[in-house]
Amino acid sequence: MPHRTFFWFILPSAAAMLLFIALPIVSVFVQSLHAEHEQVMKEVETCSVFSCETQVTVDAEATQLLYEERPLGQFVGFANYTNRAHLAFDKVGALWGSSASIGEFVTGLGNYPFYRALGFTLTYTFVVTPLVIALGFMIALAVNMLTPRIKGPVIFFSLLPMIITPLIGSLILFWMIDSQGILGATLQNLFDDPNLSLKASTPLTWIMLIVYGVWSSAPFAFVVFYAGLQTVPQDTLESAMIDGASRWERIRFVVIPYLAPLALFVGLIQLMDNFRVFEPIVGFNSEAHATSLSWIIYNDMSSDTALLNSAATTSMLTIVGVAILLTPVLIRTWRDFKG
Amino acid sequence: MKHFTKAMLAGVAVFASASLAPAGGQGDGGLESGRVNALGTEFPAIHTVVAGAAACANDNVTVESNLTKEHRDLQVAALTANPAEYTAAIVANSSIVPLLNEGLIRPLDELVEKHGEGLKKNQLITIDGKIMAVAFMANAQHIMYRKDVLEEAGLEVPTTYEEVIEAAKVIRDKGLMEYPLSGTYQTGWNLGEEFVNMYMGTGAPMFKSGTAEVDINNENGVKALNMMKELTSYMNPDFLTYDSNAASAEWEAGNVAIMNMWGSRAGPLTDDEGSTEEITSNTTMAAAPTFGGGDIPATTLWWDGFTISANISDEDAEATFIALMNGLKPGSLTEETSTQAVWLIDGYEPTDTSAGVFATASAGAKPYPMLPFGGLLHTAAGAELSDFLQGDESAEQALADVEAAYTTAAREKGFLQ
Repeated sequence: MPHRTFFWFILPSAAAMLLFIALPIVSVFVQSLHAEHEQVMKEVETCSVFSCETQVTVDAEATQLLYEERPLGQFVGFANYTNRAHLAFDKVGALWGSSASIGEFVTGLGNYPFYRALGFTLTYTFVVTPLVIALGFMIALAVNMLTPRIKGPVIFFSLLPMIITPLIGSLILFWMIDSQGILGATLQNLFDDPNLSLKASTPLTWIMLIVYGVWSSAPFAFVVFYAGLQTVPQDTLESAMIDGASRWERIRFVVIPYLAPLALFVGLIQLMDNFRVFEPIVGFNSEAHATSLSWIIYNDMSSDTALLNSAATTSMLTIVGVAILLTPVLIRTWRDFKG
Repeated sequence: MKHFTKAMLAGVAVFASASLAPAGGQGDGGLESGRVNALGTEFPAIHTVVAGAAACANDNVTVESNLTKEHRDLQVAALTANPAEYTAAIVANSSIVPLLNEGLIRPLDELVEKHGEGLKKNQLITIDGKIMAVAFMANAQHIMYRKDVLEEAGLEVPTTYEEVIEAAKVIRDKGLMEYPLSGTYQTGWNLGEEFVNMYMGTGAPMFKSGTAEVDINNENGVKALNMMKELTSYMNPDFLTYDSNAASAEWEAGNVAIMNMWGSRAGPLTDDEGSTEEITSNTTMAAAPTFGGGDIPATTLWWDGFTISANISDEDAEATFIALMNGLKPGSLTEETSTQAVWLIDGYEPTDTSAGVFATASAGAKPYPMLPFGGLLHTAAGAELSDFLQGDESAEQALADVEAAYTTAAREKGFLQ
């Protein structure tokens, strides 16, 4: 394609990306470098239903004046990034000095909201992604074996977990795993422990969230692999059979290499998807045991007093995280492209 | 000052009916024109008020509302727009603060003078001499107990948390219930509220006077946390996932004998839906307990009221005020709506379900502080205390974490430098 044609071809999408992706990110970055102006406070008499007392309150007019001068607030550089709510450099430095072992250091890190969330987010991402790829591939192989008559209904039912809104799906499971729910009570019976509660233990909560993640994402991988399976060259498969290859050998040496680029694609999408895990944490009420980066952003923005700059900072750190995660995959894609 | 506080509290307790002098208001909602749109949280009492306001709608007046649990997330953005989407925000002690901080609600003095017929002085939330909100109901967390279970166990109604724990132990030891206590301990806002409640019971202030510097990392904080932890040892192990709905469900299922719960839930928990006659007829309200030898109930008093947006026309503001006042018309309460809340409206007759809030208020509970930075401490406590309650860290460490998280947030918001 001539450069000129390519330019006009790509212009609309490039403009849209600039407007809806690049500019907002720049805006978020600028906000993450600011904190709010010093609040002008005064002591006044406040009367409510129950009593009158002298309390401090914000002088909204005086504070407003500061914002008219500089609407973004005070410039604080990277202070938001290094404070306790995010990378907590001071605290982590002190912790490194005072920890006797790596284990103690890692446990200590869990005390800071960002690292606690990062710990779960990474675990979730790196456990769920491969499991989703493996499970999706197995379902696709199994469905592909079925007779055409029942294929349709089976495909439909296999897709259900993906069709259910994540928040609803996790809420349903949340009730099922309650100690009085069908799954929770069954587990109590199986392990003969009437006090077993999935919601009260950190490791069990993590396992539950991971199982949920695999359950809800596997259909995506299944659909992609199933589509891929329809295009596997029959000639190669037949010649493999003539050579005496077993079913397993045909899958291992024909199907898997053929579908590898698809696996890369599913992996790429799943890495991004799982890194922004959010709904199950809210649905399972698991904030006491597991939080994620997206959940921190949500929590900052939905409190009585919203922390917008803090949310902007976490957003930037999340973007950096996604970029780091995707680098190996992108390098691989680039190499394939260059041939 | 103290005397005055007592006098006002007594005023709440008996609902002194000294009305403001009427100044030619129009209570029947004879509105000529204007736009009314109220944003508020979602529970039956608020629906009642908004339904009263909606009765004012006619060809020239639109009355709309958006009642949702997410109202706190919407209100600042929605009222910042000019003209604002919502002409009124229905708020409580804590949710009025962000609106005050940003100057998004207007003083109501003139409107109260013109149309405020029947309002009592304690309904007017006054800040620096200006009326900023009109309160219509009071609320507080207090205990509810199962009369039959306490009788079976041979127990008196507990008045301190030490007695609550004693009672829980007896009920468990007698094999009546495995987890006799419950409360709203869900990580986040609910847990923060439980901590604020318990800390209030020590009588100590949460902030250094006149500043935004937090003052909870001390022996009072440790006392409050240890009491919370002891209570949770008699709760269902899932307590960190329990909000009002989940705790109410446990109650209605008959699994709990004593629970710290919102007064506004007393109505739904004693009605004939969702539970058996045996449980509802034995559900009884009592004052919030004290603890650690203190004499202040370990809870906070709340009010709910309406505010009017600053960024709307005077005409719409007047229409909104008149419409909402129609929802608070004296004598408008029916038998059904009376049980929905502890109303501050004239003509309200206290019911059995309001006994807990009245007892709590007259025992000298303190109001939830309307401090501009109070919400930040509440959030910090809600997020940082779950490790302690799970036994993963000490009370001192948990308090230090709350203090550090609060200080970080308060710096970012410009309350601390």
